[in-house]
Amino acid sequence: MAQLRQISIFAENKPGKIEKITKVLADGGINILAISISSSGDFGVIKFIVDKPDEAKDLLIKNGFTVSLNEVLAIELVDKPGDLHRVAVALLRCGINIENAHVFVVNERAQSYLIVEVEDVDEAKKKLANEELRFY
Amino acid sequence: MIWDREAECMPEKQRQQLQLDRLKAIVSYAYENVPFYRKRFKDKKIKPEDINSLSDITKLPFTEKADLREGYPFGMFAVPRKEIIEIHTSSGTTGKPVVTGYTRRDIELWSQVMARALSMAGATSDDIIQNCYGYGLFTGGLGVHYGGQKIGATVVPISAGQTKRQIQIMTDFGTTILTSTPSYALYLAEAVNEEGLSRKVKLKAGVFGAEMWTERMRDELEKRFNLHALNIYGLTEIIGPGVAQECLEKTGLHIAEDYFYPEIISPETLEPLPEGQSGELVLTTLTREGMPMIRFRTKDITSLTRGVCKCGRTLVKMSRITGRSDDMIKIRGVIVFPSQIERALLEVKGVEPHYQIIITRPHHLDEIEVQVEVSQKMFSDEVKRLEEIRKKIEDKVESAIGLRVKVTLVEPKSIPRSEGKAKRVIDNRKL
Repeated sequence: MAQLRQISIFAENKPGKIEKITKVLADGGINILAISISSSGDFGVIKFIVDKPDEAKDLLIKNGFTVSLNEVLAIELVDKPGDLHRVAVALLRCGINIENAHVFVVNERAQSYLIVEVEDVDEAKKKLANEELRFY
Repeated sequence: MIWDREAECMPEKQRQQLQLDRLKAIVSYAYENVPFYRKRFKDKKIKPEDINSLSDITKLPFTEKADLREGYPFGMFAVPRKEIIEIHTSSGTTGKPVVTGYTRRDIELWSQVMARALSMAGATSDDIIQNCYGYGLFTGGLGVHYGGQKIGATVVPISAGQTKRQIQIMTDFGTTILTSTPSYALYLAEAVNEEGLSRKVKLKAGVFGAEMWTERMRDELEKRFNLHALNIYGLTEIIGPGVAQECLEKTGLHIAEDYFYPEIISPETLEPLPEGQSGELVLTTLTREGMPMIRFRTKDITSLTRGVCKCGRTLVKMSRITGRSDDMIKIRGVIVFPSQIERALLEVKGVEPHYQIIITRPHHLDEIEVQVEVSQKMFSDEVKRLEEIRKKIEDKVESAIGLRVKVTLVEPKSIPRSEGKAKRVIDNRKL
């Protein structure tokens, strides 16, 4: 099973940043699957899930952005009430702290993933091994 | 290794007499032979006969870089041009270059002080000196060259660049002394490591200068190259490299004060400062023939320490240069040098020296913002981590300058790059 990786880009908190980044990705023929933004006053970190992460990273660095590519946990969610709660219960039971999270929807809501950023992806996976969770 | 034991270890009293004799002679010589000095002395109503003690030097007017530009090209020469056998110029990033001319005796003087400097680093006739300072109008290359030849070492005049070739020569020839800018030496060290050739390097000392550097860089260079990383100081207006050099004690740079008389002044009041206090270095060439310099303001900030060094030399020691008086800033009454801020932020892992200092006075108090570019190395995907780095930089800067600053992280390449010297300070205060 391939590990899902997320691309993070440093950005000053100014208008036009997303425009510049998405232009680089668009010109490079890279498909964006999900986006999330976390900001802290003057700056923020913009995060993408894309189809070709390595290519996207190289392209962005070449265009002068500060980029990092990190593994994330991608837990499958079913499109029905209570499913996110089911996953949250499992994470809590295994003592996994969520640094950041967002949802990544595939196939017109039929299938989606909860993207969870944790300190150590492998360790989290080990801890979650006995839970009835499906990963990306 | 002491090249000129008699001069370098001379008792202080005896040297002071020598300095006074030479000072009197050079002041008369400059007055007689350079119209610029004659005019300046007359403006201040000073005659060479008024100099009767070393402290009388403070009666003399200062000479500044602008004066040398004014006299471009040969206006500061004290001899007919045909007696000048070599000319060098400074880079001239801010206007006309500064020209300096050497007579045959000046070249001999330069060779002597550079022989002293290289000997302080442990060089003897057995050594191979790989000289990465640029040959040409810049004084670095030829200065080391003359000194190396004077002591009979084998000089490899390679200049900077061509890293592959540098490494090949370093390992095949068995270079023992490296002379270069500290930043180029770090670059070479990295390249040597990447090629897996660290074990083949036989360097024992590095003579590093021509730019400001830090103790942290010294540690880094000593660790990577397993050598003594030593500081050299000099400037085109005075002679080039060889004005001062660190011995293996690494507790400051011995000034060749029998040839270059040092003073420390307050850059604000221009008054002399007591020993040990930090201020601007002023130098007077005591024996230069081609182009004597009387009280030249170097703009470099340092302090002097007297006494007998463990190495045996009695030559006064200057501390590592900590800043330039022309970029000194006063914030809330506190004197701050951009270099202090630079050193502080470089202590934080992953931070690169791309920064800008912006001073404003929004109400009644001065505020400082330090913009720091986020490097690939310091970036993690977490806002929390970046916040930690930002706070860490703020703390480091505060402990260095005693003032709280606001650190802003900005995108790479967003701070304008300039050719030559970077513009570090933007003062938006309306005073």
